[in-house]
Amino acid sequence: MATRSPRDAVITGIGLISPLAEGVADHVRLLTGEALPQPGIDAESFAPYPFHPLVEVDLSLQIPKRDQRQMETWQRYGTYAAGLALADAGLAGNEAVLSEAGLIVAAGGGERDPEVDGAILEGMANAGDRDAFLNERLMSDLRPTLFLAQLTNLLAGNISIVHHVTGSSRSFMGEELAGAMALQTAMRQIGAGQGDVFLVGGAYSAGRPDMLLYFACGDYLLEGSEVPPVWQRGGGRGGLVCGSMGAFLVIEAREHAQKRGARIYARLEDVVADRGSREDASALRARAARQTARLEELAGDAPIGLLSGASGAAGALALERAMIDELSARREVYVRGCATMIGHGLEAQVPACVALAAAALKEKTFYRPFDESGFEKPAVTAPDRIAVTGWGHWRGESLAVIAADD
Amino acid sequence: MSDANLDHKGRPVIVVTGVGVVTSLGAGRQDNWAALTAGKSGIHQITRFPTEGLRTTIGGTVDFLKDVPISAPLLTERFAVLAVEEAVAQAKIGSAGNFPGPLFMAVPPVEVDWPQRFELYEAGKAGGGTGYARLFAGARSGDYRRYHELSTFGWPAERIAEKFGTRGGPVSLSTACASGASAIQLGLEALRRGDCAAALCVGSDGSVHAEAVIRFSLLSALSTSNNPPEAAAKPFSADRDGFVVAEGAGALVLETLDHARARGAEILAVLRGCGERADDFHRTRSKPDGSSIIGAIERAMDDAGLAPDEIDYVNAHGTGTPENDKMEYLGLSTVLGDALTSIPVSSNKSMIGHSLTAAGAVEAVFSILTMRTGRIPPTINYNVPDPAIPLDVVPNVARDASVATVMSNSFGFGGQNLCLVLAAEPA
Repeated sequence: MATRSPRDAVITGIGLISPLAEGVADHVRLLTGEALPQPGIDAESFAPYPFHPLVEVDLSLQIPKRDQRQMETWQRYGTYAAGLALADAGLAGNEAVLSEAGLIVAAGGGERDPEVDGAILEGMANAGDRDAFLNERLMSDLRPTLFLAQLTNLLAGNISIVHHVTGSSRSFMGEELAGAMALQTAMRQIGAGQGDVFLVGGAYSAGRPDMLLYFACGDYLLEGSEVPPVWQRGGGRGGLVCGSMGAFLVIEAREHAQKRGARIYARLEDVVADRGSREDASALRARAARQTARLEELAGDAPIGLLSGASGAAGALALERAMIDELSARREVYVRGCATMIGHGLEAQVPACVALAAAALKEKTFYRPFDESGFEKPAVTAPDRIAVTGWGHWRGESLAVIAADD
Repeated sequence: MSDANLDHKGRPVIVVTGVGVVTSLGAGRQDNWAALTAGKSGIHQITRFPTEGLRTTIGGTVDFLKDVPISAPLLTERFAVLAVEEAVAQAKIGSAGNFPGPLFMAVPPVEVDWPQRFELYEAGKAGGGTGYARLFAGARSGDYRRYHELSTFGWPAERIAEKFGTRGGPVSLSTACASGASAIQLGLEALRRGDCAAALCVGSDGSVHAEAVIRFSLLSALSTSNNPPEAAAKPFSADRDGFVVAEGAGALVLETLDHARARGAEILAVLRGCGERADDFHRTRSKPDGSSIIGAIERAMDDAGLAPDEIDYVNAHGTGTPENDKMEYLGLSTVLGDALTSIPVSSNKSMIGHSLTAAGAVEAVFSILTMRTGRIPPTINYNVPDPAIPLDVVPNVARDASVATVMSNSFGFGGQNLCLVLAAEPA
């Protein structure tokens, strides 16, 4: 099926930190082991909304202390994971390559200061002139460092500063779809010879009340201290549980990777991405059909692994599950809901799932079911193609296809 | 594809067939161009929110739309709709709600603003908590789905994609103050590699609110020359003291020359090339040697296949901050050399302020209008030349000139450096 091209987009470096583990090797080890691993859960800090905090990571291994002080948490996670990916690809410190490498970051916004917000809101409630009070407090309470961290493109900026990737720098926004568009853009740029090496990924800090508030407004969050596997969250309210993570990939033209003798994990074969109304059932079915048609065209008759990026948000979950059910009815599909293991990391979710897919393909393995209810069947053989879905909690649907390359 | 439709590197020639613009000077090409070439400023005292206690009280807010609630995402969406409607109408492309290509849209990182946050806080009062616990209680007490939508960064592009029927997954992007130019760059790249035959590139920003002004103010980036407001933005002057925050939108319809000719479209300009270099020196400052800005300009010249003496005009980033204007001059003088002495360089921001996310797209539109009308908009408020920046800034009064090529610069916090090169006619 696969016709090799020197301009194939191959994955040569992975940097992944999550609520489950640090480094892609530990993820593979835990997710292929006998025992079902459990990500950490913090159900207290922002009750009633639980989230998955990051495993403990020594950030200083990748980010000098003075730079860490200029960053907020999500930027530290991303800059750390970016460093892991570059080191994994054998490119850390390789100035000749890094000064030409492109950076595409799927990024959200900066973290608000909950203490400042809380104090200002309380003050506003008691202030005679709310607007004047607000101005006065903002002038005295906002920190310039925090403002910089709030700029969406400052994760990319920090990666340039710390790791010296300077060929180009683009930051994509738009929640889950941003991660898919970043991967699609890198793949297409490589295919057309618009660049040889890209560092692509995202990061998310889950312990953020400001973001939880937005999700709460949309009624997307799971409540309580029990966090069931993602496929079992359909009923009632919410279902989304955020996870802290950083996920970066080095994606390279095959000829460039071969010339420098780089290890190839897998090939990024295609990314189908679209958006549209979810209320219009026939339009949605058409979008889903385009995704599965492309997947089946690439996979032929072979079994398919499917690492779902489903957030757990009820509406999107049901729609994605309908697509998977339809696909499973006609062929062998091994589904794994990644949010069960690492939570949901918005812009970083698709890159994180692609990282897990590439690592499994390299190891010629597949992950054990994350959910023992039967929807996630054990893999009889290790698939040589893995689909990664990125159906946004609210809008945007994507499906990436990652293929074994040896 | 015939050879005439390929550029000097054998790539498809990419052209602009429609442009639309909104700034504090007005909505649409006509009003904007009349004001801009008359040297008129759109900077005024901010009335949208109380400015008492603020060091900077002026801005280039777009205040003439009476039917839009004061909300950053809603303003951003509305400006974009107006600019895109104008661009698509001029290009006469596709049909209503059916644009035959993808959307690349630069949007500000907008979020729920203080009035909404306070509303949630009040709604959560019964719970008796404080801070975010009380906000959570507020969110759970009613239907606030709208606030979720308006706080998702994908929302503005989702709305534009829905309304104009663009294809595929839209790209929402931010490269800080270079965002609008990045949207054009991404469209150019997609067209060159044959992903599509047309692309819609938009930059829009309606995010001037109290907190935004205060944030920039705390970075000492803003002019504090509040009186009179129209004299505050002083790019390239010795007495420049910062930029003026502003709003607006720019939209461009890009196509391959092949596609444009096949459908008989009027070609407004050729997007000759672009160049980019990220800086790894500092979060808000350029490398002191200017190497990243220089690299971006050099790459743009190479991409466009032009020599320094073939650049007729530079539409500067020209924010009016002491640092930016000095570094931009260093970049231009290094790459363009002696040719720079006879190239006019002006800053639209002297009149419209810095529309942040939108600026690169807005200024690309004005670059095209400069070529099409043969009239260079001035740099106003240029009364005290800076001897360290010996540029022909087209001081204070517009100038008639034949302009066949324009360089448009955009630089942003986070080490973003981007340079576009446009030309009047297909090569």
